[in-house]
Amino acid sequence: MSDVLAVDIWRGAENGQFQAFTLPRRQHQTVLDVVTEIQREHDSTLSYRFACRVGMCGSCAMVVNGRPRWTCRTRVNEVVSGDERLRLEPLRNFTVVKDLAVEMTQFFDKWKAAHGFFEPGTAPEQDFAVVPPQTKERQAADAGIECIGCGVCYSACDVVAWDRDYLGPAALNRAWTLVNDVRDRGQAERLKAVSHDNGCQACHTHMNCTNFCPKAIAPTYAIAGLKRVLFRRALRSA
Amino acid sequence: MLFVAQRTTAFILAVAVAAHLATILFAVRGGLTAAQILARTHGNVAFALFYAIFVLAVAVHAPIGLRNIVREWTAWRGRSLDFALILFSGLLLVLGLRAVVAVCS
Repeated sequence: MSDVLAVDIWRGAENGQFQAFTLPRRQHQTVLDVVTEIQREHDSTLSYRFACRVGMCGSCAMVVNGRPRWTCRTRVNEVVSGDERLRLEPLRNFTVVKDLAVEMTQFFDKWKAAHGFFEPGTAPEQDFAVVPPQTKERQAADAGIECIGCGVCYSACDVVAWDRDYLGPAALNRAWTLVNDVRDRGQAERLKAVSHDNGCQACHTHMNCTNFCPKAIAPTYAIAGLKRVLFRRALRSA
Repeated sequence: MLFVAQRTTAFILAVAVAAHLATILFAVRGGLTAAQILARTHGNVAFALFYAIFVLAVAVHAPIGLRNIVREWTAWRGRSLDFALILFSGLLLVLGLRAVVAVCS
């Protein structure tokens, strides 16, 4: 292991350039440690986001050597070997606010657009709903429920890169968990909200979202599930 | 709806293309000339029906796929795109059915 680490960090917004830093290479240092050290010791104007530092909040996601990842859960040793440089960029497919911080509004607006919220109906249930854990619907919802909205899948998605209006893997994954929520009363509207030119049918099944999700969720299968349900509904109504 | 139409025609085309290729290979392997092939296809209702379905499936499937590609790779959207692809579908239908009539009638 080399004693020094060479880092290139994106500076600026949409237009900008990489700035080089050199700092001591430490055993077990994470990429977030590196960014924090640069901001504290080298350049206090460097902008980036983090909160929990332990892989719970998802706010420190960046593109590390070409791949979107949580920087707090990525050790430098995992992505840099020997004298290789560490290259840090803001998440792709987001508008860059400054340096490594991106604007998340459009990302979360798409969750709303995909009806990624629980719809209790006009008359709430009078009693607790019993949802046995082993039912097919509950297991399908469980598979995608742990998403914390970090934006890694959205950054990795080729379809979002081609079409900025595409709802994206996270929003569609959330919609799929709710499609499988037997208590939800807004299914028809939700299925309509995810079925259009920018909805689930636009997915090319490249599986980048599934490949890069730090929570090991498979949005590709969630999207396939939505396509399947919509296909069956269309055949039934025809 | 476009998604359903495209997937349904894809099922039809998967079978139709395989049958089409197998027929070509079989015909060529036997050393048939164009005249001999036409002699067999003329007046053949089964052949005409098979290729009429084939052409219909292509006329539905291809424009929808092309629409997706155009939307992803260019900024062209909206009614003008849909209209252009309806025309393209019509063109495929006319050319295809014309060929079916020429070969089978």
